[in-house]
Parts: sequence; structure tokens; C-alpha cells
Amino acid sequence: MKRLFPLAFLAAAAFAAPAAQAFAEDTITIGFTYSQTGPLNVDSLGQQRGYEFWRDEVNAAGGIKAGGKSYKVNFVNYDDQSVGGRVQQLYTRLVNQDRAQFLFGPYSSGLTAPAAVISEQYGKIMVASGGAEEKPYMLGNKYLFMVITSASHYLSGAVEALKSKNPHAKVAMVYSDDPFSKTVLTATKQQAEAAGLQVVMDESYAPSTTDFGPIVNKIISSNADAFMGGGHYSDGATLARQMYDQKANMKWVSILVAPGDDKFGELGGAAMGVTVPSQWEVQVSYKPQFGPTTEQFAKAFEDKFHVKADYHSASGYTAGAILQHAIEQANSIEPEKVAAALNATDVTTFFGHIKFATDPGHHGLQTEHEMVLAQWQKVNGKPGRQVVWPDAAKSANLIYPLSASQ
Amino acid sequence: MFGIIASIIDGVLVGLVYGLAAMGLTLIWGVMDVINLTHGTMIVAGMMALYLISGTLGISPYFTLPPILIGGFFVGFALYWIAVHRMMGRPPLMSLLSTFSVNLVLVGLGTAVWGTALFNVEVSLPGLTIDRYTFPGPHILAAVLAAVIASLLYLFLHYTRLGKALRAVANNREAAELVGIPTTRVLAIAVGCGVALAGVSGMLIGTLFPFTILSGDGYQLKSFVVTVLGGFGNPVGALMGGVALGLLEGAVTPFVPVSWTLVIEFVLFVLVLIAFPGGVFARRGTL
Repeated sequence: MKRLFPLAFLAAAAFAAPAAQAFAEDTITIGFTYSQTGPLNVDSLGQQRGYEFWRDEVNAAGGIKAGGKSYKVNFVNYDDQSVGGRVQQLYTRLVNQDRAQFLFGPYSSGLTAPAAVISEQYGKIMVASGGAEEKPYMLGNKYLFMVITSASHYLSGAVEALKSKNPHAKVAMVYSDDPFSKTVLTATKQQAEAAGLQVVMDESYAPSTTDFGPIVNKIISSNADAFMGGGHYSDGATLARQMYDQKANMKWVSILVAPGDDKFGELGGAAMGVTVPSQWEVQVSYKPQFGPTTEQFAKAFEDKFHVKADYHSASGYTAGAILQHAIEQANSIEPEKVAAALNATDVTTFFGHIKFATDPGHHGLQTEHEMVLAQWQKVNGKPGRQVVWPDAAKSANLIYPLSASQ
Repeated sequence: MFGIIASIIDGVLVGLVYGLAAMGLTLIWGVMDVINLTHGTMIVAGMMALYLISGTLGISPYFTLPPILIGGFFVGFALYWIAVHRMMGRPPLMSLLSTFSVNLVLVGLGTAVWGTALFNVEVSLPGLTIDRYTFPGPHILAAVLAAVIASLLYLFLHYTRLGKALRAVANNREAAELVGIPTTRVLAIAVGCGVALAGVSGMLIGTLFPFTILSGDGYQLKSFVVTVLGGFGNPVGALMGGVALGLLEGAVTPFVPVSWTLVIEFVLFVLVLIAFPGGVFARRGTL
């Protein structure tokens, strides 16, 4: 009997193995990190919800169909604590220990760059939806794809809109000394000067700056009548508040990131009239070739999470939808075939037009998606964002000068 | 030209509030040689208390000062028994680690409850406009309140029995015990006062700028700089250090690219340390 037991065990294992194999083949594991803690928590949470919302929808519809099979989506994720150093450890773990077949990007440019080193090293496709800096896409990476508009186009719409209202505007550019903000404002300065606007101040501040009082006085001394800058969350909001409190009398204010969050409305009068470049707003109305419309997405998202969808959640969802589309087009989950399908992607979703650059110097960069410019205005008596630029996508007229909205 | 003067005045106004925050840190160090690494979080706690109390009750933000002062004292009192008491007499690294641990727990709890979302308290107070430059009302009032509270602390330390006991413990704990001062209770009161000051300065900062649950780190760093400038353990020096830092920020910004401000600040900071190793206003041991 004792001799028979190992044989019986082996026989049972032999029967069980194919069953386990078949189950594994019907599941796709996608790995990513998110910033549950640390300063990127708010925006990262939106992106994470977008990923999860897509996964739940796909699984409810039977999974991703490729090669005659339906693959249910399984997530493996970790908290990166908003720290770049953690990202590389965790993405290595996702690939080596958790056997993730595909990867989603973390939130922010600062975290996407180190994660891309790992995805490329292991030949894993990574679809990024929260890091707009171009540099990782200029290094010859083959498996990195970005669904959002890149940093150098963030304020292009703001420059065009400002020029339409005041072709001789004097612009002060004051921004956080971090890679994302510097990339945005370096490009914006060139675009502004090419448009004939006068850049009278161009300075960066340390991300740890807490009091912008002397900086606001310097902006006033520069005789600027328009402001473009900011960086991330607290600094952007503090700048808006202090420019308002110190009566800087700007006719135009465009601030990165911070005004994209609904809590920015807590600034009250200081929020009114402030414009923010946005990857997506609930007011846009692209006609999707597949997937939900903007209205369907916004409603279903709010029903599920009891918060309004923002561009982070929309871009997160789109990362999943585009990966799904590529796998189904490739009819395979092999990375090379899926990468080829992503290279050939040219589609419109509720998030907008998506197409990736394929030349080695910019591979994976988003080429077609367009940003909109949102402005804080009174919506039904309460502060809210309205799309004001471009004209084709606007939900309200642009208010200029800013004092007219306060 | 007036832009430069305006920046300096603005720097001094905010510097007084930084100084008040640093007084909380230096008081605890002066009495028991403990660096309180929950300091930044206590500043944020003051901000959150301001937001919640004034938002819930619909009262003026400045009426939240007394409850935050009293509440901060009891929080500090509890902090002493939780994180500091057992570390007394041990190497300074132990209390540093214990307060650091408590800080991590508090930040984790805060993030879990409120996330890192933005909070703002609207204060409508007329400012003072000269030429094109405006000194916002909340900045002026915060500076005045910071100066008043600092003065009251000075009077408390020098003219009350408990204040004198605090100073006695700071000077020589064993001798203070020998003359019948209940040193353990006095130490707990010192931490209570330090945290109360951190909370109140947080409340004042909350009337000036928007904040998140993670805003404390920046203010804690400033408090350390101010404390070292003013001399560790010297509350009056801390206030002067705060004014000096604010003045420096205001005076430097108009002349150099903004990104250089921090570099210049810390270069001067190192030079000051070399010239005055105990701080510019050092009077160690006298509190």
C-alpha cells in the first residue's frame, strides 16, 4: 500500500496538470503598481479605478477573445508609495514572480520612466496612461506605448486660446522644477513665442516650495497679464490661491494638473476662471469605434465608484481597452504580435483618437490624441469645469479676462 | 523697487508663522533633548482641525484657535506617554525612531481616511494694498497672532511657576527633581505645549495656503532650519530664526531665478552653522 501511494499521487497529478494548464491559458495576468500612499495618491487612484473598471467590464463580457479562446483578465498590483525606487523592484517582481504577461504603467512621468526600463528589459508590453514625458519614448523602446497626449503638447491649446483673445499677451511662466513640468513649459515657451506672445518671465521653483508670496510679487513686477505654469497638486493650488489673494490681476491663468481635480473648486473665488489642460472631460463627445460612449462611461463609472470620472480614470480605462483591441486584432497574446497590432492601431474611443508613433526615435508616443482646455466657471451656481477649447469640443464659451468669472 | 520691499515684508509675515511652528519643536528639544519627528504631522493636524471645525460649525477660522491649542496640548501629553516616556535616558536615536514610527502611523491613518486630496479654508479678510502689491489680510493677522502667542509663551516660561519648572528641568533635570519638581509630569507638559504650538501654527498656515495630508514634511524641514538658525532649545531664537528665514526668502527671490532661492538659503544656512555652531541666537540650556 505504501508503494502504491506515490504512484497514485503521480497519476492524480498527471490528470490534474492538464486541467490547471487549461485554466492558466484562459487567464491573462496584467501587472502594475499604483500609488496608494504618497503624494501621487489622488491621481493614481483615478487611474487605478479606470484599470479596474475596464477589467470588470471585460470579464463580465466573457474576457478577451484571441486564438479561439476567451481570456479572463487577472490583475496583480502593488503600492509603489509614489517612490521611483520602489517601482523598479515591484515591476521586476511582477514579471519574475507574478508572471505578468502584460503591464500597465504606474502614475506620473517620474515613475513611468523607471518602470519602462524593466518592461523593456523583459520584453513585456507596457501601456502607459499616466506619464506624459517624452524622454522614455526616445530611447528606442519597443514595448512601451502611451495612450495620452505627451507633455510638450499640454499647453498648446492654452497658447492658441490666449492668442485668440489677446495676441499681444505678456506671459509669466513659473513652474515646478521637475521633468514633467519643465518639458511642458519648455515646449510652451517655444509655442508662445512662435504665436507672437511675449514671455516676460520664465522661472522654475523647487517642488518643496510652500510660500509663493515673493514669487507672486515677482510676477506682478514683470508686468505680465497672463500666467502659465504650476506643476502638480499642492503647488498649483497654492499658486492659484496666492495670485488671487495678492491681487496679481492676471487676465489669464493656466495651471497644470491641480485644477483637473474636483477638489480644486474648494478654492472658491481663486479657482474661478483658471484653465487647465485636460486629456479628457465628461463633456467631450468623440464617436467611439468600439467600447462605451462618454456618457455611458461617465454614468457607469459614477454608479460603480460613487465619484465622478476624471481624465485619469478615463485614460486608465483606455489603456485596457486599447490593449484588449490589440490582442484581439493580433488574435494572439504573444508580445511580438500584440506589439505589431499596437503599432498598427488607429482607432477612436470615447477618450479620443489613438495612434502610436512607430519610428525608432519616438516609438510608442501618442500622435493623434488631442487635449482639451477646461476652465473653472460657475455651473448651476457652483464651481465646475467647462471645456472651452478647441471650439469643436467646447461646452461653454471661454471667459476672458479672468476677472469676469470671479 | 517697492516690489522688493513688498517681498521682504511678505517674507517676514510668513516667517513669524514659521517661527511659531519651530518654537514647538525647539521647546521639546530644550526640555528633554528629544527631536519630535511627528512635528510636521502635528502641523497638518492643526490644519485639518481648522478645516473640520470651521467647516462643520460654520464659524470663523480664527475661533478654532482655542480648541486647537487645548486639543493639541492633550495630544502632545498623550504622545509623551506613548512614544517618549520609555525612551527617556536612552540614546537620542531611540526617541527619534519612536517619534518617527508614530509619525508613520499617523500619516498612514490620515492618508487612509482623507487620501492626499486638497483642502482649502476660505478666509475673507481685507488686505492692505500699496502700489500694485497686496498684503493679504490673513497673512497680516497670522503674523500678529504668531507674535502674540510667542510673547505669551515667553511670559509663561519666565513668569509662571510651571514655566519656571519647565526651565529648571531643561537646565538640570536631576537638580530639579531634588528640589521637588515632578519632572515626569513637567516633561509631559513640555511635549503638550510643543505639540499645541505645532497645531496652532498649522491652523494659522491653514488660513494662508491650501494643504494636503502630506504638507507637513515641507513645514517640518523649515522648522528644523529655523530651529538650528535660532539655536536648539531656544524658543525666542526660533521665532527670530523664522523671521530671518522669511526675510531671506523675500529678499533673495526678486534678485535671482526662483530655483536658486533654496540653494542660496542652504548655502547661508551652512555658513551660519560654521560661524555660529550653536545657532545665531543660541542660549543653550536657558530655554
